[in-house]
Order: sequence, then C-alpha cells, then structure tokens
Amino acid sequence: MNYDFNFAPVLANYPRLLEGAWVTIQLSFGAMVAGLVVGLMGAIAKNAGPRPLRWLVDAYVEAIRNTPFIIQIFFIFFGLPAIGLRFSPNVAALVALIINVGAYATEIIRAGIESINRGQVEAGIALGMKRAQIFRYVILRPALRTVYPALTSQFIFLMLTTSVVSVISASDLAAAGNDINAETFASFEVYLVITVIYFILSIGFSALFSAIERVAFSYPLSR
Amino acid sequence: MIREFGTSDFLFILFAVRWTLLLSAIAFAGGAVGGLVIALARVSQNRIFSGLALGFIRVFQGTPLLMQLFLVFFGINIFGISVTPLLAAAIALTLHASAFLGEIWRGSIQAVPGGQHEASWALGLGYLDRMKSIILPQAARISVAPTVGFLVQLIKGTSLASIIGFVEMTRAGQIINNATFEPFTVFGLVAVFYFILCWPLSIAARQLERRFSRATAR
Repeated sequence: MNYDFNFAPVLANYPRLLEGAWVTIQLSFGAMVAGLVVGLMGAIAKNAGPRPLRWLVDAYVEAIRNTPFIIQIFFIFFGLPAIGLRFSPNVAALVALIINVGAYATEIIRAGIESINRGQVEAGIALGMKRAQIFRYVILRPALRTVYPALTSQFIFLMLTTSVVSVISASDLAAAGNDINAETFASFEVYLVITVIYFILSIGFSALFSAIERVAFSYPLSR
Repeated sequence: MIREFGTSDFLFILFAVRWTLLLSAIAFAGGAVGGLVIALARVSQNRIFSGLALGFIRVFQGTPLLMQLFLVFFGINIFGISVTPLLAAAIALTLHASAFLGEIWRGSIQAVPGGQHEASWALGLGYLDRMKSIILPQAARISVAPTVGFLVQLIKGTSLASIIGFVEMTRAGQIINNATFEPFTVFGLVAVFYFILCWPLSIAARQLERRFSRATAR
C-alpha cells in the first residue's frame, strides 16, 4: 500500500464542513419536530378517525415505509414541479424528510397508544377527567414513554438519512463533502472526515435524547 | 433529445429489478454470516471480542450508509485495486447488514431464558453444542420477525448503490428520467416496483411478530 494520506486540504476547508454540519443539524431537528407532529396526528387519526381517514393514513404509512428515501426525494424534487409545486433543494429536502419520518413516527406512536391498558382510560373517566385530560395524561404521555426508545432511534436513523439529500444538491454535510472532493480529489480522506462528523452528531443526538428522557419521563413506573 | 416514455423504458427499469435483488441477496447472505459472528462475539465472555463487536455495531449504526458506501468505494482504490461499483456496494452493504443483523441476533440470543444456558452447563455441553443445539435454535425463532423487517430496510438501502454508479433500479430510473424527463411517471414506477418487493415482506414480518407474541404470551 503506497498511499500518502492527505488530510490537510480537507481540514483546511473546515468552515464549509461546519456550515454543512449546521444545515444537517437544522434539517434533522426540523424533520424530527415536524415529523413528531405528523406522527401524533397520524396516530390519533388512525385511532379515532373515520374509516376513510384511517385508510388514508394506512396508505401513507405503507407507501413511505416500503419505498427508499432516495426515490421519495426524487419524486418530490423532480416530480412535483410537473404539477406546479417547485421547491428549492433545501426545502424539498426538509419536506421529504418530514414526510418520511412522519410515517415511521405514526406507526411507532400508534403502537404506543395501543399498548395503553383500557382500564387506565376507564379509571380516568371514573375520576371525572375531561376527554382532553384523559388523552393527554392517561394515554399520550405513558404511550410516548413506552415508545421513546423506538422513536429516538428512528430519529437518529433519520439524521443519518439526511446525507441522502445531497443527491438533489441540498447544502448539507454530505454535499459539502462532495464539493470538497471535487476540488481536492482526496476522496477517501474527505469522506472519512465527513463520516466521523456524522458519528459525532449521532452521539450528540443520543445524549440530547437521554437528557430529554430524564426531564420528561422521570416520574416513577407504576409496576 | 427528449423522447417519450415507452415500453422499452418500462422494460429497462423492470429488468434492473434483478440487480436490486442480486445486491440485496449478496448483502443478506454476507450479512447473515457476518451478523452471526458479530452476535456471538457480542455475547461472548471474552471482553475483547464483545468490545470489538460493540464498536463495530456502534460505528455502522452511527454513520450513514451512504458514507459507508463511499468509504468502501474510495477506500479500496487506496490499495491500488480498481473496484467495480457492484463489488464496492456488495462489500459495504454486507458490512452494514452484519452490524444490524448482529445487533438483532444478539438481542435474540439474550432473550433465550437464562435457565437454558444453565441447564446446558449442567449437562456438561461444550460451547459449540450449547450454541448449536440449545441456544441458537431458540434464538432463531425469536429473531425471524425482526430479521425479515431488516430485509426490507436492506432492499431499500441498495438504492443508495445508485450514487456510486451501480445501475440497479434507482439508477435505471434516473437514466430513463434523464432521457424522457417524465419524473412523475418514472419515479412513480420505480416506487411501485420497490413497493411490490418490500410490502409482502413487511406484512410477513408483522404477522410473524403477532404470531410470536401470541405464542409467548403468558
């Protein structure tokens, strides 16, 4: 192996790496928050909505979960302009990510809501709680606590998936890597550095999620 | 020259399905071997083995599949060996699948009740007999549903091989789209093909899961 590793031109571009990483963080965070809202609405619709709406949610969840993200983003970025919906690459990326993670979140939260014992709801009714109170305190919060590990690992997976948005020339971390690669030709070094940054981001998001868990779900378990 | 989307374009994409299937099959077969090694290393008493396996899993689950593909593709070139996109994608997806299957199977092995381990100790079974005859057959039953679920993720993952230039279904779709510029039709069609591959597996995974949880419910 006669290869001289050359990290200097990659590291010299650190401002662009940081900019790309910042876009990746923004895309991930935005998609997580919005995806959680979509997931909540989807799970509620699936649970309490009229039948046609439930079918619609099912179709959405199955369509997204059984096709690759790269096809979804191509469809949104290249396909939707044909019907007059044109997005800039970063916006298209965010929209695609939200639609994608929303389907997974719907399925995860639905499973959590279904795991709530019917007796809990009846106890809430017996205590004279309002419908909204029962939903929030008796159903939603314990449900979210149950599925929190599944939800957060899905979110980490989403953060890693954001790298695919570089294919529609969004300005994320992977795209910064592509640009630097095109100028320096130090392909292996570029992508090694980028991979390390993604790894650090995934550790950071994990730490953030366990901090949130300690704050939001610290009340004791009933069992 | 932009041309109309026609039958030959449809067939081009349809025939590219076999490359998606081939890549998925290679990655799954390789990942099954690698995953078994990783899972056994992970549950072994040897700290070094289990530490290495844990590190492997963490790295591959904590970095994007796209970067893993790039690193293998460009990394092999460092050794002065030119590598085809198919080979690079096969290696990267095999490593990726090894990490995920290793983690799934570690969980399955550890879900086998401890009494089974103790009983096989008490019977004086060695490591090989204990694993082969007692633990793994039981772990296999537990692991079927999540393994089928991962297979869906793997098939979808092969679409990223298009980015390093391997002409599977996604790349075939891009090529046709560049010639016809009918993204709605082309990517819609590609999505339908993926759906036809993945949906039955998703349903199977869900039913296996349900059957298993009913069988083990107390």
